Amino acid sequence: MSFQNTPMQQEVRELARRFAQKELLPFVEQDERDERFRPELIGRLGELGLTGVPVPEEYGGAGMGYQEYIAVIEELAAVNTGYAISVAVTGLAQMCLTLFGSEEQKRKYIPRLASGQGIGAFALSEASSGSDAGSLRTTARLDGDHYVVNGTKLWITQGDLAETIILMARTGGPGPKGVSAFILEKGTPGFRTGKREKKMGWNTSHTYELVFENARIPAANLIGKEGDGFKVALRALDNGRITIGAAALGISRAALEVAVNHAKEREQFGKPISEFQGVSFMLADMATQLDAARLMVQRAAALKDEKLPFSTEAAMAKVFATDSAMKITTDAVQILGGSGYTQDFPVERYMREAKVMQIVEGTNQIQRLVIGRALTQK
Amino acid sequence: MWFFSDEDRMLQQSVRQMAKADLAPRIEALDHEEGFNREAFRKMGELGLLGIIVPEADGGSGLGAVAATIAMEEMGAVDASTTLSYLAHLILCVNQIAKNGSSEQKSRYLPRLISGEWLGGMGMSEPEAGSDALGMKTRAVLKGDHYVLNGTKTWITNGPVGDVFYCYAKTGEGRKDVSTFIVDRGMKGFSTGKKFSKMGMRASPTGELVFDQCEVPVANRVGAEGASVSMLMRNLDLERVTIAGISLGVARAAIETATRYAKERKQFGKPIGAFQQIQERLAEASAWYEACRALTYSAAKMWDEGLLAGREASMSAARAKLQSAQMATQVCLDAIQILGGYGYTREFPVERYMRDAKLMEIGAGTNEVLRIIIAKQMLGEAADAGKPF
Repeated sequence: MSFQNTPMQQEVRELARRFAQKELLPFVEQDERDERFRPELIGRLGELGLTGVPVPEEYGGAGMGYQEYIAVIEELAAVNTGYAISVAVTGLAQMCLTLFGSEEQKRKYIPRLASGQGIGAFALSEASSGSDAGSLRTTARLDGDHYVVNGTKLWITQGDLAETIILMARTGGPGPKGVSAFILEKGTPGFRTGKREKKMGWNTSHTYELVFENARIPAANLIGKEGDGFKVALRALDNGRITIGAAALGISRAALEVAVNHAKEREQFGKPISEFQGVSFMLADMATQLDAARLMVQRAAALKDEKLPFSTEAAMAKVFATDSAMKITTDAVQILGGSGYTQDFPVERYMREAKVMQIVEGTNQIQRLVIGRALTQK
Repeated sequence: MWFFSDEDRMLQQSVRQMAKADLAPRIEALDHEEGFNREAFRKMGELGLLGIIVPEADGGSGLGAVAATIAMEEMGAVDASTTLSYLAHLILCVNQIAKNGSSEQKSRYLPRLISGEWLGGMGMSEPEAGSDALGMKTRAVLKGDHYVLNGTKTWITNGPVGDVFYCYAKTGEGRKDVSTFIVDRGMKGFSTGKKFSKMGMRASPTGELVFDQCEVPVANRVGAEGASVSMLMRNLDLERVTIAGISLGVARAAIETATRYAKERKQFGKPIGAFQQIQERLAEASAWYEACRALTYSAAKMWDEGLLAGREASMSAARAKLQSAQMATQVCLDAIQILGGYGYTREFPVERYMRDAKLMEIGAGTNEVLRIIIAKQMLGEAADAGKPF
């Protein structure tokens, strides 16, 4: 693993940074208040080749690796996490199909997602099954050449905007082995969006309930075979953890930048507050944690790119990067003091956004479970 | 607390009932819309809460810091925003007029502030003078029978909605040449500037006070000219003890919500409370909360008993406030985590608790300033390597 970005990584990062500065920055504060997402910007990202970064070129992706992908996610998240996570979630759907889809499914569904023409989603959680995903209750019953789906999914990112949704539903008995994965198209009869969640932050991102009332999904849209669903979900989430870690890096970096600038400019007691150790040591810890988090996320991405086992490393990177983001953004608010608490500065928003990163894609408690088991069950 | 009197316990019950009836039903909407529960203040007036620490001779209830802290904790557990506005009214305005005002000032202002007809606030912080409060630039110049004030105060709790403000301004060149003026809404040259949108405490309006050739009668100066610093500092100590009560209330509410959820929520076939990661967070939260409660009420009790001299009062108040504020933020963050996806939504109140809790690490002395106050007392001159602390 190199500590230098390759020219390609640098180029992709610059591309994403310019896009974020030009297209996302002008709207972010107002859209956050209005809880608005602009789907057309995903199309624009697609034109730049940034919506299918790690997907093979034969399916319309950029054919690059996770090391390039995390650079894109970080840059978008440094300005507006809503779009970073949108790209990551559409990426999650593509990853499920790339890893487990049939050739026909790949050719039919991946290109529109990879090119940004369509948005993807991933529907696993339910009201009574969050961390315990294997206990999900949504059912899919084979009826001729269709599966009939009933149940409700919860906390589905961009569930209203997605045209292609990877859906986990129970086709067999209780527990993880009874779960299957399906490709669900927007507009499927019997499928609709339910209530929209009101959230603490991360409000440019839409979060919806999905409702299935005898929804009919073609049997051809089963991914793999019956009972593969939980494996599909877990493998996808292994990958997703790397991208959430990358998003946390973006938020942390943005918070640190604002805090450093403020500490240099703000004068109290006749000198910049950066000259007080209480402030400069806080900045030092923030920078150190960010750096460690970055190295961990990069390692997980590099292992994946080299086709080596990365699951534990991805869980460690997700826990550390998101816990660090929570601490870094909280301290950034603290350094800005009264100003930091107001919405005249973005750090309070970063803090609200950091919190969700500790919850999504497997809560940090579940990550610790994964890491602990890897340590003791070898 | 074990030393609460029967009177304290009755107060606790009546504030709890008021909070449930008059604060709880409205706070979710007010938080979202950045509104203000003005009506609650009339209710507090009826219960005697708006003059709780004012001597009975001045129309108050004649209770002390313990009682005020109980009120803060009980209201804070339901609606920290309104409680913060209450603190600004009671501690920063009403109490200061009662303590330092002339008999004319007291008879003019206290009855209507204590009944809830008028709402009070305090003007100290400025854009360039936050932690460095004595670096304030607002000036007051004597001209005949009035002072002319010029300057801007910022982050003023109740600024957009208050009627009476207890304001500090410089009347000389030195850092300690600070005088106090009672400024009424409607005085010539006085306006309340912009209102801030905030992360939390959104139902407690925060704004600027703007003095543009503002004319304040000499009769509205509190105490002697240039003699306000010690009164200002002493009251900050009381503010810190009592605001710690808000942190306690918010933390308690978060712990209760998280505990209930950990018992009810089942994953992997058992309540999540059966998992040690959840147990650890709840146990730590409970221990830290109780430690802060002891620290805070002990400081309040010593204040009431007259056991705290100047510097020890500052130390005790700073310790209680520093720990309680940090505890509340951490406990609320952990409560969200325990509730997971639900905790991040506005269907549960813990995300509001967290947004509110963070303010207590900033308002009434940032964590950083409180650490300096404590360390200075411990280290004496050794802490003074650099001016101007």
